[in-house]
Amino acid sequence: MSAPLVSLTDVSLRLGKNEVLQHINLQLYRQRITTLIGPNGAGKTCLAKLVLGLHRPSSGTLVRTPGLKIGYMPQRLRIDDSLPLTVDRFLWLADPVHLDERRAALERVGVAALQHEPVQQLSGGEWQRVLLARALLRKADLLVLDEPAQGVDVIGQNALYGLLAEVREEMGCGILLISHDLHLVMAATDEVICLQHHVCCSGTPEAVSRDPAFHDMFAGAQMPAPNLALYTHDHDHAHDLHGNVDGEHDHAHCEHHHHD
Amino acid sequence: MIELLLPPLLAGLAVAMTAGPMGAFVVWRRMAFFGDTLAHGALLGAALALALNVSLYLAVVLMCLALALVLVALQQQRQLASDTLLGMVAHTTLALGIIAISLQPEVRVDLFAFLFGDLLSVAWRDVMWLGGGAVLILFLLVLNWRKLLSMTVDEDLAQVEGVSITATRILLMLLLALLIAGAIRTVGVLLITSLLVIPAASARRLSRTPEQMAVMASVFGMLAVLGGMALSWYADTPVGPSVVVAAATIFVITLSRRHR
Repeated sequence: MSAPLVSLTDVSLRLGKNEVLQHINLQLYRQRITTLIGPNGAGKTCLAKLVLGLHRPSSGTLVRTPGLKIGYMPQRLRIDDSLPLTVDRFLWLADPVHLDERRAALERVGVAALQHEPVQQLSGGEWQRVLLARALLRKADLLVLDEPAQGVDVIGQNALYGLLAEVREEMGCGILLISHDLHLVMAATDEVICLQHHVCCSGTPEAVSRDPAFHDMFAGAQMPAPNLALYTHDHDHAHDLHGNVDGEHDHAHCEHHHHD
Repeated sequence: MIELLLPPLLAGLAVAMTAGPMGAFVVWRRMAFFGDTLAHGALLGAALALALNVSLYLAVVLMCLALALVLVALQQQRQLASDTLLGMVAHTTLALGIIAISLQPEVRVDLFAFLFGDLLSVAWRDVMWLGGGAVLILFLLVLNWRKLLSMTVDEDLAQVEGVSITATRILLMLLLALLIAGAIRTVGVLLITSLLVIPAASARRLSRTPEQMAVMASVFGMLAVLGGMALSWYADTPVGPSVVVAAATIFVITLSRRHR
């Protein structure tokens, strides 16, 4: 395997008095989807911010490939109502590429119809897709996606993870995915890392799901159901991101209800 | 008559044109109180300029920058909220400015002119300064537009995409300081905020993109200067406040338009 895009060796992060992350070892590679999983407050977003360069490690070493280009999809991004901004202008900020490229990026995530809508009028799921389109536009070496499935219904989530697998193939980028819910993520992931301030366990989804440390971590927490079956990709039709069965590209007429 | 009125008119138009896009940033980034604080501090700068016999504009710009740095440093502590700090600093510097002026009895200064502006006393020399300053500010704004806007939308995302947040913040402060230094002679310390905020607020309802809002704010500001000077001419009202009233009238008129 080639050199890692980002490599963390024995990294700890202290914010104020709290040691948020302890002795983290993590390598992110091209063509690999790594999923960070853990309960709320486990330090997942902090770890992502270390990878992004928004935090500096308090100790340990973090090495980034020189010239590494990152596409980032933040967990929450609220745009003030005082700022008039269409989806198209929002994408232009990421990369001032041609209008058609921005349109193509929106088509890729299934929301091309929204190109000239004000961002404040999008629903949660639509906005997540626009954020993903912005990350894709960067033609990044590494995509960091913090809870990308927020506000997207279960069927749409499935399509989203399918899309990520495709993107990985097409662009050859590495993907770091953050999630607090696990069953859907699993099928599209090469490596799972369970985080609770330190790495509890890591490995392939199958290995992790059998690891007692994984079950301890979610015991009594927000594990949706204790005996939830591992989701595997096995379906005879495709869904688009709206959750429609993707037949004749019929999502063009998919209505968006904006609160004018 | 036109020779007498032309310099004030051009000076007012130059300030209003620059205040448009700067005011848009003030509105988007919720910096209205911050701008107001810098404006109050400008009086202290002006007083020091008189005492040390240096250029008024230079002293005001330096004072505004120094204040901006002090405010950023004060905001690092978390016990007092930002608006409390701003309120303290604004009125302390205003008081210091008035004391500093009163301690120089040999200098006959019209305090009223600094507080409320004295557009009609503007000479050609000032027009050159203001015109040059306006061109410089607008040039730097256009050159750094995407960075400034990117930072305004989301600082983390902008930083990941390669925007230096610290440098861009300092640039915005510098531009604001330059504008305030110029505006102190035209609309005065107490009314600068209104020329920044009101035209931008009026433009919000009518615009779909940030660029539209910035340009429209410029136009509204210039209309307010024209209207204010006309009002002052025909009704013999003080110019600065007349400009502000004209700006507020424009805002009220835009309220009748449907929100976009």
